[in-house]
Amino acid sequence: MIQALSGQLLVGLINGSFYALLSLGLAIIFGLLDVVNFAHGAQYMLGAFVAWMAMQYLGINYWSALILVPLAVGVLGMVFEQLVLRRLYGLDPLYGLLLTFGLALVLEGIFQNAFGISGKSYPVPDLLQGGTNLGFMFLPRYRMWVVVVSIAVCFGCWFMIERTRLGAYLRAGTENPVLLQAFGVNVPLIRALTYGFGVALAAFAGVMAAPIYQVTPLMGSGVIMVVFAVVVIGGMGSIAGSIITGLGLGLIEGLTKFFYAPASDVVVFVVMALVLLARPAGLFGRQL
Amino acid sequence: MIAAGFNRAQWGYAVLVVVGLAAPFYVYPVFAMNVLCLALFASAFNLLLGYSGLLSFGHAAFLGAGGYVTLEVIRAWRLPIELAIIVGTVVAVLLGIIFGALAIRRSGIYFAMITLGFAQVVYFLVLQMPWTGGEDGLQGVSRGKLLGIVNLQGNLAMYYFVYAVFLAGFWIIHRTIHSPFGHVLRAIRENEPRAISLGYDVDRYKLLAFVISAGLSGLAGSMKALVVQSANLSDVHWHRSGAVVLMTLLGGMGTTLGPSVGALIVAALENYLASYGSWIAVITGGVFIACVLAFRRGIVGEIRALVKRSF
Repeated sequence: MIQALSGQLLVGLINGSFYALLSLGLAIIFGLLDVVNFAHGAQYMLGAFVAWMAMQYLGINYWSALILVPLAVGVLGMVFEQLVLRRLYGLDPLYGLLLTFGLALVLEGIFQNAFGISGKSYPVPDLLQGGTNLGFMFLPRYRMWVVVVSIAVCFGCWFMIERTRLGAYLRAGTENPVLLQAFGVNVPLIRALTYGFGVALAAFAGVMAAPIYQVTPLMGSGVIMVVFAVVVIGGMGSIAGSIITGLGLGLIEGLTKFFYAPASDVVVFVVMALVLLARPAGLFGRQL
Repeated sequence: MIAAGFNRAQWGYAVLVVVGLAAPFYVYPVFAMNVLCLALFASAFNLLLGYSGLLSFGHAAFLGAGGYVTLEVIRAWRLPIELAIIVGTVVAVLLGIIFGALAIRRSGIYFAMITLGFAQVVYFLVLQMPWTGGEDGLQGVSRGKLLGIVNLQGNLAMYYFVYAVFLAGFWIIHRTIHSPFGHVLRAIRENEPRAISLGYDVDRYKLLAFVISAGLSGLAGSMKALVVQSANLSDVHWHRSGAVVLMTLLGGMGTTLGPSVGALIVAALENYLASYGSWIAVITGGVFIACVLAFRRGIVGEIRALVKRSF
């Protein structure tokens, strides 16, 4: 009983870590670019798939993939920003949403053509195999690693944005890009870097997810819907808010899986409806 | 000038009505019916996106709910087809009231994300509820007889029934757009704070537009399910919600005929590319990107702009 409950809570915590990482990337991109990156789920899938392909065809191991894959996917994101996304700045944000929706369809379609819909499995790295028996439950080492690293990365991002000079540019750019440019800061470059960074975060989450979930072309589209709900609940105004909301909703999902499993797919959206009733602006957000 | 323009538009509509009447003799009737249902769906969607500026990313929920409910009440309760369509539409209206009341509490991109989330709830419900047939969907439901007289099993009779419903739905949308209500909607789209300061209860207008749009989408879904005599998960999937956005964008949002043109193109695309499997997604995505980048006014919008420039 307690074993099953703590097992589900752990799964919830892990899902929550991914929600937090992904909603953080979305929030960073939205803050500066005013673009809701619908392709975020597809870029997460891309991270997992590129890691799998790198291992399969090039023999690149997990630890190198953890660094190289986010870099590669992030650079792809910057190229996309420079070639395409840039043209939509200043228009209604809805166009950015539609454009990245198109990109998500293209990415998922290409991978579906190449690899079908069956899942690929990615091995857990040797160093993180096995686990600890806590007496009331078995704690796999890799899962512990995912939770710890995700939280560390989230707080690293929070620190960078709130406490460093680069972060100050970022916040200034969110507030007033024209004025920031007048001060001699290269705003277009910062935008490209920001999009690349957000995309790299998604790819990083994808590499982390590869050994836990099956690597499939559609693994991102289910997650992105939940992440959108997380963003609606938490509001995109606050970095800490999106981290807390992501983890919290993962736990709620885990609890639901334990008490009434069929509802676990929809519980996040039900919470979203309740939050809209009680606090329309989101838990941490300002009304937009 | 205005009178002349009106006449020209009327002539245009008259020609289109005749084309619609002749269509089943020149194209495969089931394809033509499918286009009509999707055209009604996209036109209903356009009432929201084009005229109220609200991007719903969950309209498949209404289409699917209408279809599933209509087929189920025919199968389980043996309701006559007219009543079944009404029940399907009413369910979509009720869903529209619930989703709309919650979603309009936020605007812009949040509105899109919220409607997407609610549509996922409908998707999972359809997947898990006992009567919806899960992955298989509902199949093999007979169309029956209209008013107990006209046998709709024949495709030609069914076509004219669908066509009549389409024209009625299109007329409702047309009347809504050109009514004072429609003008207030456009005012809200252009400048919401100003509409509020003029004393309009903006939320009520948005909700009513949402509910009308949801109801007509449900009607389109009921008809579509009857045409193919089945409903399946793809009707409630978010790909369908994306497809209706594409139809509207491609044809021209905020134009009366645009969504129907878009529906025709997307349906033809899906029909001819059906054998290519998942390349459809790639092509659809590519068309999306091209539309957003190159012609945001859509086909009808571009033509209208061209006509305006040359006269």
